[in-house]
Amino acid sequence: MQIVKREGTSVKQVIIIRLIAIMAAIVVSGIFIVFLGYNPVQVYSNIISGALGSKIRLKATLLEMCPLVITSLGILVAFKMKFWNIGGEGQILMGAFAATYVALFVDWLPKPLVLPVMFIVGFLTGGLWGVIPAFFKARFGANETIMTLMLNYIATQWVTYLQYGPWRDPSLKGFAKIANFPDYALLPKLFGIHIGFYISLALVAIITWFLRKTKRGFEIAVVGESVSTARYAGMDISRIIIATMLLSGGLCGITGVIQAAGVNKTLTMNVSSGYGFTAVITTYLSGLSAPRVLVVSFLFAILLQGGSYIQSALQIPQAAADVLQGMILFCALGSEFFVRYKIRFNRKNSVSSEVK
Amino acid sequence: MIPFLKNAIIAGTPLTFGILGAMYNEKAGNLNLGIEGMMLLGAVAGFQVALLTMNPVLALLAAMVFGALGALIYAFLTVTLRANQSVTGLALTIFGTGLSRFWGKRLMGTVLPESFSRNFRPLSLPFLSKIPVLGPILSVFLEQDLFVYLSYVIVILSGIYLYHTRFGLNLRAVGENTAAADASGINVTLYKYVHILIGGALCGLGGAYLSLVYVPSWQDNITSGRGWIAIALVIFTSWNPYRAFWGAFLFGGLDIVGFRIQTLNLPITINQHFLRMLPYLATMLVIIIGAVRKSSSHMPPKDLGNPYFREER
Repeated sequence: MQIVKREGTSVKQVIIIRLIAIMAAIVVSGIFIVFLGYNPVQVYSNIISGALGSKIRLKATLLEMCPLVITSLGILVAFKMKFWNIGGEGQILMGAFAATYVALFVDWLPKPLVLPVMFIVGFLTGGLWGVIPAFFKARFGANETIMTLMLNYIATQWVTYLQYGPWRDPSLKGFAKIANFPDYALLPKLFGIHIGFYISLALVAIITWFLRKTKRGFEIAVVGESVSTARYAGMDISRIIIATMLLSGGLCGITGVIQAAGVNKTLTMNVSSGYGFTAVITTYLSGLSAPRVLVVSFLFAILLQGGSYIQSALQIPQAAADVLQGMILFCALGSEFFVRYKIRFNRKNSVSSEVK
Repeated sequence: MIPFLKNAIIAGTPLTFGILGAMYNEKAGNLNLGIEGMMLLGAVAGFQVALLTMNPVLALLAAMVFGALGALIYAFLTVTLRANQSVTGLALTIFGTGLSRFWGKRLMGTVLPESFSRNFRPLSLPFLSKIPVLGPILSVFLEQDLFVYLSYVIVILSGIYLYHTRFGLNLRAVGENTAAADASGINVTLYKYVHILIGGALCGLGGAYLSLVYVPSWQDNITSGRGWIAIALVIFTSWNPYRAFWGAFLFGGLDIVGFRIQTLNLPITINQHFLRMLPYLATMLVIIIGAVRKSSSHMPPKDLGNPYFREER
């Protein structure tokens, strides 16, 4: 057996390999489901119908898709630069924290300005949370994966502190919860879905344009490809790393604003609820392409929404969906190999025919 | 002070295992970000088997096997299929977290019975208390449970293995310069697999210490980021098993400062949530210090994180 690098894999081949990977994921997950004592066909059909079966469920799926899309875009710009930002959770929480401050405690703003200001401070605070590791990476080469992750835990403690401490709503006796936003600080709805969803679609277009057409977007790709090339080209690498992470964390911060003002109506741990990590998967599976983020996020939203549906319909715990996610990712990661390489089985006659 | 230091050892023990686990991966040239996932797999498997069998040996074996199984997935994807190490490690953490939460759902709140916990009561050497001055200091290390003693043994064995055996030398060669190691006839793939699996088994043990001895009951996400702290501490302790022990001791101390400080009646009260940030803040500090002082004796294995393809040499 011999492993050979593929010379330019055709689009058709890539699609076939990806389809095989999806099949493999379905089969492996199916084995897991059988192991749990359920019928995989029944579980899969429940996931699909739970996510797409009715207008209300489809809306719920689109609402689930929105934070995934925006967070993935944030992670994507960092990953393009080979900056392993897994601090999405913390950046989401900090964005939501800043927006909550504006929604609840800034009373001198004219009401129509409250929401826009929430978005701006949410972006900046989430971005700042991303700039901290970026600064130490740019200045000293400190490992960003662990830095961003530690900042997640710190953000979590910070929000818990606010919830149980100074921001606790005193009118709710014995229940530690931050007060709900006033109406003017909630996202308006359009066709029954809050406008965050439409913002996410617009952001896909903007980020696609930004990465493909602008000088700044090009710089990110160059730094990601090779730092030495970028340096040779005279780019200010530190500035690019820090600016990119301001954008990356800022996009995650916007997710926090949207989840707080559109779904939770206040600041809770649920505004992040794993989106920062799931987005790492969706981003990777999209092959770092912003338009494809949309497709992958939709598929994952089906999995998440369907996953919570099977919880009530078939009493399968939500955590099972996390396990499935892990398995799907393993299959996708494995399939990457077959995109880049092919295995040649050396039988005697094939060798001799090649020699000729 | 002595009880504090004793508790620091106990709080540091899961970290010791985690750091050693991550270290074996990295010595083989693989940056495995799945430490947290493997620790959680070991924690839940060990807890389940402990409940079923009440046998500490079987529980530890189960923890090792499940930690190693997680590592096997990682090894297959990164070594054989050459998948991206960072993303594969992340996927392993997501998978391990999900599986442990799923598996642990029915174990929530279950406390291990006294008949099992008895196996992990602190044991002390009888003559220790009779030694003046030195006795109390030694008791910090030698009045501990069997699990802690196991960590000492593994630290020392790892040191001997890495620095005084041919296998250890070969392993370091694989991590430092994979291509040269391959050229000199070392079976690179085998070395990587074996040591990634050993690393996974050690991580499993670290997780099991939490669920079997430290907590000892099941709760979601029982490791609460210790796997990630371990990855940072590998850098801090510069890939050396002895320093790994002291690093874990230091961070174990930091972990319990949060609990102790409230009983000290300080003039200023520090909110518990800020105290809980301490280990994470300290980890960041460790990363930054590690990055600033880049001396040659504190460098990672040179081929760390580089995928190796013989065909592309």
